[in-house]
Amino acid sequence: MSQPQRLSAGGSIDRSKLLSFMFDGRQYTGYQGDTLASALLANGVRLMGRSFKYHRPRGAIAAGSEEPNALVQLETGAYTEPNTRATCIELYDGLVAKSQNRWPNLEFDVGAVNSLVARFLPAGFYYKTFMWPASMWMTYEKFIRKAAGLGVSPVDDDPDVYHGTYAHCDVLVIGGGPAGIAAATAAANGGARIILLDEGNDFGGGLLGTSDNAASTSYIDGALQVLEQNDNVRLLSRTTATGYYDYNYITALEKVTDHLGPANGGDAPRQRFWKIRAKQVVIAAGSIERPLIFADNDRPGVMLANAVGTYINRYGVLPGNDVVVFTNNDSAYQVALDAAAAGATVTTVDTRRNVSSELKSKLEQNNIRLFEGHAISSVQGSKGVESVRIMQLSEDGESVQGQAWEIVCTCVATSGGWTPSCHMFSQSGGKLKYDESIAGFIPDPSKAKVSSPNFSAGACNGSFTTHACIEQGIAAGAKAAAAVGKTASASSVNAFAVSEIAQGAIAPLWLVPTVHPVGEGKAKHFHDFQNDVTAADIHLAAREGFVSVEHLKRYTTTGMATDQGKTSNLNALAIMANIQGVSIPEVGTTTFRPPYTPLTFGAVGGQESRELFIQERKTPMHEHHVANGAVFEDVGDWKRPWYFPQAGEDMHAAVQRETLAVRESVGMLDASTLGKIDIQGKDAVKLLEMVYTNNWQKLAIGSCRYGLMLNEHGMIFDDGVTTRLGENHFHMTTTTGGAARVMSWLEEWLQTEWPEWEVYCTSVTEQWAVMAINGPNARDLLQELTDIDVSKESFPFMTMREGSVAGVPARVYRISFTGELSYEINVPARYGRHLIEALTEAGKKYDLVPYGTEAMHVLRAEKGFIIVGQDTDGTVTPHDMDMDWIVSKTKEEYLGNRAQVRVDTKRDKRPQLIGLLTEDPTVVLPEGAHIVAEVLDKPPMPTIGHVTSSYMSPNAGRSIALAVLQDGINRKGETVSLAMMDGSVHQALVTDTVFVDKEGVRVRG
Amino acid sequence: MFIINCPYCGDRDQTEFSCHGEAHIPRPTETAKMTDDEWGEYVFFRTNPKGYHRERWLHDHGCRRWFNALRHTVTDEFVATYKIEDPRPPIPGEGGRS
Repeated sequence: MSQPQRLSAGGSIDRSKLLSFMFDGRQYTGYQGDTLASALLANGVRLMGRSFKYHRPRGAIAAGSEEPNALVQLETGAYTEPNTRATCIELYDGLVAKSQNRWPNLEFDVGAVNSLVARFLPAGFYYKTFMWPASMWMTYEKFIRKAAGLGVSPVDDDPDVYHGTYAHCDVLVIGGGPAGIAAATAAANGGARIILLDEGNDFGGGLLGTSDNAASTSYIDGALQVLEQNDNVRLLSRTTATGYYDYNYITALEKVTDHLGPANGGDAPRQRFWKIRAKQVVIAAGSIERPLIFADNDRPGVMLANAVGTYINRYGVLPGNDVVVFTNNDSAYQVALDAAAAGATVTTVDTRRNVSSELKSKLEQNNIRLFEGHAISSVQGSKGVESVRIMQLSEDGESVQGQAWEIVCTCVATSGGWTPSCHMFSQSGGKLKYDESIAGFIPDPSKAKVSSPNFSAGACNGSFTTHACIEQGIAAGAKAAAAVGKTASASSVNAFAVSEIAQGAIAPLWLVPTVHPVGEGKAKHFHDFQNDVTAADIHLAAREGFVSVEHLKRYTTTGMATDQGKTSNLNALAIMANIQGVSIPEVGTTTFRPPYTPLTFGAVGGQESRELFIQERKTPMHEHHVANGAVFEDVGDWKRPWYFPQAGEDMHAAVQRETLAVRESVGMLDASTLGKIDIQGKDAVKLLEMVYTNNWQKLAIGSCRYGLMLNEHGMIFDDGVTTRLGENHFHMTTTTGGAARVMSWLEEWLQTEWPEWEVYCTSVTEQWAVMAINGPNARDLLQELTDIDVSKESFPFMTMREGSVAGVPARVYRISFTGELSYEINVPARYGRHLIEALTEAGKKYDLVPYGTEAMHVLRAEKGFIIVGQDTDGTVTPHDMDMDWIVSKTKEEYLGNRAQVRVDTKRDKRPQLIGLLTEDPTVVLPEGAHIVAEVLDKPPMPTIGHVTSSYMSPNAGRSIALAVLQDGINRKGETVSLAMMDGSVHQALVTDTVFVDKEGVRVRG
Repeated sequence: MFIINCPYCGDRDQTEFSCHGEAHIPRPTETAKMTDDEWGEYVFFRTNPKGYHRERWLHDHGCRRWFNALRHTVTDEFVATYKIEDPRPPIPGEGGRS
């Protein structure tokens, strides 16, 4: 029979919609409304995965997002997703899932041998064993990762679409159980704008899994109907609040179409990432049941009591025909009754000796046997529970005694009490306090963070009855509404009566003893299932001196798996407290961190992915470059032509050709990307005097000057040419990558230090299209297109002239980054395409060659011109770059002046810029290659400098390099050694930095 | 993620701003006369308090104006934001010390 554990009636599944799915290659059926876990349990499948470290057989212990064990690899190919919780996957037709962390298959797993050698895999095992020798870690790591892995990451590009969206509201309600619905209702009645979200596909929270459904369902349905009709209310189901950040900024993941299966969502995104700013927040996140920690409590079939109840009541699945309920509080009694009503044979084992007569009589009426003051001392069955042994607990709960009773069962429903879900409150910056009466931590509103105002209500606040949840929800909703200036009429929410068995008087028993002391014998007491951490590991950590709870966590890895210890944290703290002989609050809690549950990177990225991930900036001439076959490189956000290969050319050939052509005739470069700042105002000169190292007072109108900018550490951070356009008007250029930084730098000083100065800086980078023409024929070419007198006498080097070029208004700067005769033609950006076309046409008779940034780099290196950020790295002074000539000796103040005479910046033998010529002229040194003081057999060798720029220079007829070398300026003429990665060594002569036209004749030609 | 009240634009999201450390540290004049220690004090040393802190903020992705803020470094509460030329608002609970 298919679905042998399915009850003949009951649950909120749709039995008319039969769904078929595959798990580990086998076909099963389930119903609409199932989760993968409930459908597997309906089919009698308890074994769903292998554990992380010991590869122990595991099944689902929960029915919600706290599930640590039942992690599956969902779907295949590009749609595959690892580590998805079977308890949260809504079943759809055709679903395919695989269990994880097993080889070759789930039933027979080779890695389970780890379990046999478990005594050699204690806490901290990896730290202790594989860290020596350190060099071998790289080897071990691969195997450890493979053996201890969970699911497999997808290899293919994610085909799904994700959305990110922003939302604002008066009151955000996190959690759609009774407390959350009541809070939303109360706040909405006051007219507040509400967002109510819940991770489940249905609202109702814990009520969805309980048996007394009539009253609760009618309450939920009624309240939801009202909320749905309220335009001020947004209801988000399948939406988990993943993070709570400062000033009530909450992120939430909405699983929009996951429940429909891959590629079935139509136009809707797969998931939506909400970024919500709420004036007030009501946290109604509920609580999570804790397991009791008994020997071999991880066997498939051992489940949280409320999960057993939920499978019966919500999904119509009886997880086992023989059920043992094992508890230290009242709430599991309802599960015992539900299981009995569903036809199971039920035995209840209670660690307490004082069970109320009311509960006892209820059990009796349903033929449920009760063992008071007893505990499970062992579990039989390896791939699933077959029976348990129970023994009497000693008075102090420290040992078991007397005769053991063996009870045959396939399901153990265990409850160690309820842990309020304080994650959101803690993430908001609030501190928790310990409440003895419920044996758990709850929010301490007196220690909330004032900038993130919120109210906790219901089970997450330590109130476990439906009645109290609703009452608190109403109160919290009303307070939140009042805090945003709305009045909520609390009476408008009608509470209702539910007869229920809540946690009651809990008797904490943090570690259930067995016949052996913890850590001895074969049995293991797991508290953290997902990371395979046992009580014995905590004992070991304590013996080894880990006292701080934060250290304990990292050493044992408890609470550090993808479930973040939702079911395990409090148990771990309590075990630690017992060992240390202190109270639980004295041990303290670890920090709750986002995300609450794992979330998809795709969702975080949202629409800003692929070509939208980073913006591209293109110059007005871009399409012309594309048409001419340019290969582009990214500089800052810009796409710049790197080189223009002709048919049959590789990069090297193209760059050599372009570089030669510039010095032989003329070449053109798109220089539009250089930063350009328009500076005006009567104090403009004062500003330049402060931000540049050289003098600007006497610069004539129409003249250009190179300048170097330093930070207050005296280090070079940008350079460029600035031109005086008028008495109080300058045009500054910066490096392409530094444009925004320089602009901010000027603004910072002007606004914060010299606000009284009258200077205005405007970024005009994108207002101008710039073509630089370089080479001996540059003047002749320009002459063809302009009305400007370009003669040597009337348009000298380092000046600017305005006029018309190619029929459009232009500013032409005679400045040079190649050492050639050079003009930089600036036209309004909209004429950029026109300019390059006119140049191309007029340039034909001069063999005009377009060149890219790579040829530009070679050309400037031939002249020893530095590139800030390539030849400098933020630790370099002007003196280090052999650029004393540009540092004013007369100016009293400029930025970076004082730092240059600090002990360290003025010391001898700092690394300084020099040229290098390799002994073998065909060798192009790799950039970054180290100059070593002495050559040894193998690294490390003492390094005294490194190569910053290195090229094959067709104009020098050999390779050239720039480098920084300790005391380099005094070492010119020496030969140094450079050690390569492959062990070879090159010799090179230290030279000055100019390799072509040392006299600088060409630029003034 | 803070909400910051730009004195020029009003409440805006933190992503629009950047913080630039302690405020009210004027650049010294006559720097040539300073010792290395005095210069180091200006460039490197900050008060770094646990508590109220006056700091410089820039509304990068907005009006691009610099302003000062009085923020509590533990609670992240912004007591005030004020223009560069404005008088310093008092620190809460310290009898109006500014």
